[in-house]
Amino acid sequence: MKMTPKELKEKHEPKRPVALNCLKAFLIGGSICLVGQFISVFYMTFFDFTEKTVGNPTVATLVIITMLLTGFGFYEPLGQFAGAGTAVPVTGFANAVISASIEHRPEGFVLGVGMNMLRLAGPVIVYGVFASFILALIKTVWNIIFT
Amino acid sequence: MTDHAIISFQKQPALTASGVVGGNDEHEGPLQAIFDHTYDDLWLGKSSFEQAQSQMVIDAINYTLEKSALTKTDIDYIVSGDLINQITPTTFGVKQFNKAFLGLYSACATVTESLIVGALLYNMNEQARIVCGASSHFATAERQFRFPTEYGGQIPPTAQRTVTGAGYALLKNQAKGPKITQAVIGRVVDIGETDPFHMGAAMAPAAVDTISRYFKANGDDPNSFDYIVTGDLGRIGSQIAYDDLLQEGVKLDREKFLDCGKLIFNESQNFQAGGSGAGCPAVVMLGYFLPLLTQKKVKKVMLVATGALQSSLSVQQKLSIPAIAHAIVLEVKESA
Repeated sequence: MKMTPKELKEKHEPKRPVALNCLKAFLIGGSICLVGQFISVFYMTFFDFTEKTVGNPTVATLVIITMLLTGFGFYEPLGQFAGAGTAVPVTGFANAVISASIEHRPEGFVLGVGMNMLRLAGPVIVYGVFASFILALIKTVWNIIFT
Repeated sequence: MTDHAIISFQKQPALTASGVVGGNDEHEGPLQAIFDHTYDDLWLGKSSFEQAQSQMVIDAINYTLEKSALTKTDIDYIVSGDLINQITPTTFGVKQFNKAFLGLYSACATVTESLIVGALLYNMNEQARIVCGASSHFATAERQFRFPTEYGGQIPPTAQRTVTGAGYALLKNQAKGPKITQAVIGRVVDIGETDPFHMGAAMAPAAVDTISRYFKANGDDPNSFDYIVTGDLGRIGSQIAYDDLLQEGVKLDREKFLDCGKLIFNESQNFQAGGSGAGCPAVVMLGYFLPLLTQKKVKKVMLVATGALQSSLSVQQKLSIPAIAHAIVLEVKESA
């Protein structure tokens, strides 16, 4: 019987190693979070930070590390290996901003870097802010009605 | 009805020399010996990747001229294109030659399209000397069609890696050497594939359409060809096309059906399904298969470059990926 191009495609497509990808993502993503935890403990031990205030300097440190890894070309192969493991933590967000900035440097600082820095990360910010707004609205209404 | 888009050239131009340059990944691949020059990095000392690609165009044309013992004043036309918006890498490259220029776009099928147009120009005037070819650059294609180079997103196993390379060849009147005898002009084929990380699946049906049209029209034996070479279907697309061709009644030995995207990289380089880009068929067809013909190691080859004709906008608009395949037949005569 004749197979359609779509059927032939399914026949020859390699199966994606979902379980292995999940394991890699868990290990690498978990390691990034572990590093983050070490940084937090470091700041709380040696500086005047509490568990509530240590979030910002920790994120900033991870972003700086990602910037260096991206700039020196290490993050892209790591991302290919780890998948969601490097995409989900804050380092993935940082990589999206930094890689776009590097990419558009030849078009100048204003029209290149400035305009394109948030090319990939922009939607995350837009829908992140929008989702927070909706949730805050629901919470406010909830509080008015039930308290 | 006769298919008039299958052309038998009355005057058959010889492909006398080719110039082929590539990047570092291509140098590390199995075909490193075909390159006249490979560059150590993607920048070539330029301030943008697009300018680097223009330099590759200039270098590949210069190698073509050098090997033909010609200078740039001796050529009449340049027929070429690339993948980037408004084909600026090509125009910025060819402007320094100051010759009549036809710019083409058939995505990765540009190299065979340029050879077809070159052969048609030759049929207008047998004295014409025509430089044909195409180029692509990993980083320029990546930034236009996909993500920034250093973005760490995971690429699926069906994806292909854009080849950094430029391949050009000279068409002229010469008794000796491989000649373009026939051509098939492709149709736009769209099977509704929407995954831009699976170009091989979108392009395979176009290759099948072009190849089966050829054999239906003239009843040739597919095995009279030493090779039928597709452009950049990759490992998966090539397999799809081979199976589909069998269904269409084109019975061909598996080892005679090759794909430039499969040949250019080693599997150990981890470039998923293989190479792609306009430079991929340009460097492999003109750098590897053309010399095989010139040295008479093979006599008859069909080159079928395939192109995926989407833009980044059409993909974002969720449109399917149309594809095209242009073919040429290269033959070297016993007596020549």
